[in-house]
Amino acid sequence: MTKEEIIKPENLVYKKPTLMNDNPMHYCPGCSHGVVHKLIAEVIEEMGMEEKTVGVSPVGCAVFAYNYLDIDWQEAAHGRAPAVATAIKRLWPERLVFTYQGDGDLACIGTAETIHALNRGENITIIFINNAIYGMTGGQMAPTTLVGMKTATCPYGRDVSVHGYPLKMTEIAATLEGTAYVTRQAVHTVPAIRKAKKAIRKAFENSMNGKGSNLVEIVSTCNSGWKMTPQASNDWMMEHMFPFYPLGDLKDKE
Amino acid sequence: MAKIKGAIVVDTERCKGCNLCVVACPLHVIALNAKQVNKKGYTFAHQVLEDTCNGCASCATVCPDGCIAVYKVKQQ
Repeated sequence: MTKEEIIKPENLVYKKPTLMNDNPMHYCPGCSHGVVHKLIAEVIEEMGMEEKTVGVSPVGCAVFAYNYLDIDWQEAAHGRAPAVATAIKRLWPERLVFTYQGDGDLACIGTAETIHALNRGENITIIFINNAIYGMTGGQMAPTTLVGMKTATCPYGRDVSVHGYPLKMTEIAATLEGTAYVTRQAVHTVPAIRKAKKAIRKAFENSMNGKGSNLVEIVSTCNSGWKMTPQASNDWMMEHMFPFYPLGDLKDKE
Repeated sequence: MAKIKGAIVVDTERCKGCNLCVVACPLHVIALNAKQVNKKGYTFAHQVLEDTCNGCASCATVCPDGCIAVYKVKQQ
């Protein structure tokens, strides 16, 4: 059987989700953002919520997320995505509302908004991309930067006596009464991507069923910021990020 | 015994040559093109082994840019 005989529309098993448009993404080669965008598009398609979804994009690398997924988007001020999502969800309770934020947006400037939105139990989902660095602005130290990790603003490694300790936002969120589902996932391998997709689906369903707020942290790579190849970044993430940011569900309120 | 045959189509202009699909493929079917680049100058991925692919879609799943479409046929 030749390749031409196999390549027919009826034999198609996987392609780019239709919600993801043909605009070339500005992300660096191998960036985890693309995979998470794809998962969100797939989940929204599977739920049949294409016309009823509002995403809130952050400030950071994902600021242009609205260029890539054909759903309704609202751009929020730096860190204020959960507050904007609160307003959208309260005015439009039948919409699926999610925010898509990086660690500089969610864990630094937007810490207060994030914690309060989660604690109020708003029926939204927060997708939290944690790559332990400010990727967009040139690889500066973020609140989530690991101890000893070198960045542009801590070239000798993060020193706890000067910079303090990394912030575990997901652990904090798990202690809040308002959260329904708090989980930490990654997208470095096929099984991890499948698990992350299930987690996103569950979070979206929880928010539609009015169970409370949901936080899905995705431990990601920033190969440009970390100054490694995409494959080396994945290996580095497995070796250094996962011991400090262990994967799994932290809270699942039935 | 039924044999599963697969094939992939790479959107070479969208591909950024990140190499993640090459690492993810369990059968080493896909590789970066050593001699050609696309319009943006990236060494894009392409299928190098014609008969080996079983259409598992690992490459397409890990592709951050959604460049890969996977086709699969079950042969009787």
